[in-house]
Amino acid sequence: MRRNDFLSHVAWTGSGIAYTLSGAGIFTGRALADAAPATQFVQISDSHIGFHQPANPDVGATLKASVDAINAMPVQPKFVVHTGDITHLSTQAQFDDARAILSQLRAPLVALPGEHDVLGNDFKTYRTNFGIKDAEDGGWASWDDGGVHYIALLNVFNFEKMGLMGNDQLAWLKKDLQSQYQQTPIVVFTHVPLYALFPQWGWTTEDGASALAMLSTFDHVTVLNGHIHQIVTHVEGNIHFASATATAYPQPQPGTAPNPGPVTLPHDQLLHAIGYRTVRLDNGTAGIEQHSLG
Amino acid sequence: MKHFLIGLALLTLVPVLAHGAPASSIVTVQIRDYAYKAPAVTIHTGDTVRFINDDNDAHTVTSTDGLFDSKGLDTNGVWDHTFAKAGTFHYFCELHPYMKGTIIVKDVNG
Repeated sequence: MRRNDFLSHVAWTGSGIAYTLSGAGIFTGRALADAAPATQFVQISDSHIGFHQPANPDVGATLKASVDAINAMPVQPKFVVHTGDITHLSTQAQFDDARAILSQLRAPLVALPGEHDVLGNDFKTYRTNFGIKDAEDGGWASWDDGGVHYIALLNVFNFEKMGLMGNDQLAWLKKDLQSQYQQTPIVVFTHVPLYALFPQWGWTTEDGASALAMLSTFDHVTVLNGHIHQIVTHVEGNIHFASATATAYPQPQPGTAPNPGPVTLPHDQLLHAIGYRTVRLDNGTAGIEQHSLG
Repeated sequence: MKHFLIGLALLTLVPVLAHGAPASSIVTVQIRDYAYKAPAVTIHTGDTVRFINDDNDAHTVTSTDGLFDSKGLDTNGVWDHTFAKAGTFHYFCELHPYMKGTIIVKDVNG
């Protein structure tokens, strides 16, 4: 199977496939039955609670199905990260509905905002409901666990310029990374892709190159994001990027439609295009297993 | 004929008469297919622009200068904004920033 064919296959079926990013940017797939069980964390993304269009008339149910599946894992992950767009229009009612579901997770939750969570540049409502514990004043955070340095970056400031982190956050990131050894595995979470994945649709971070320049000096860096509702992988030097599927609905592959936006599929196909993923780190390399809801 | 009707629907001027005041209008801008279907609109001070979201996704009408913001406009959502001052006002969609539009407001007495 050619690389593009495999990407497409994973993006639209997903279920039962594990893929690992190698240092050469080549990734391999295998059946889940062969996958190692040591999940370190789980990523979910783009739940869009409050969305009520034909692409998914019940986004609460598909988020709940993801939570139930994660809770049923025999070994619970160290944490679950939600990489943004928890809500569709960042209303308190939508945050309440999202919290009612996500609070059922057995594992601790780390939730980043997407641009849908901070409409009107209002970060207060997001932070009141889902702000990261012990975060910096700007809302971003880092922590160490199991020899891995995790960083949660917020790149939905000033969305007119696509994703944006801002100078304060970049200055903090520089200082944060200075305390890390070159060999320490780094895992970065963002909402919008940190690199120019498809700027025409807003799938980029205006000042992402500055962050990537800092990260490029480390041996093992994994950047996991949401926003685009599909799996796309990319490699730049030692930095491995992998965007996630949504729990709500898929979007078109870049450039295959006039616009981004919700893609309406028959229900059984929808369930195959959405879900969550488990991540484990072996010697700094992220092994990502995609789990669809269908 | 169909195209003519669609064209009419994109930009609708409705004069509103107030007591003794110059007639003001309501101008409608539809949002569809991830675009403001009347991307540049010229009105007069006191006129209102009515934005109607006919798309299957949410959008916003957000001033680049922070002067106005519809916040989230869901499908079928409607938002009115009255322009009191003359000038050129650029706006975009906070959720899809490549969506852009301009309102040119001329002084009704000018």
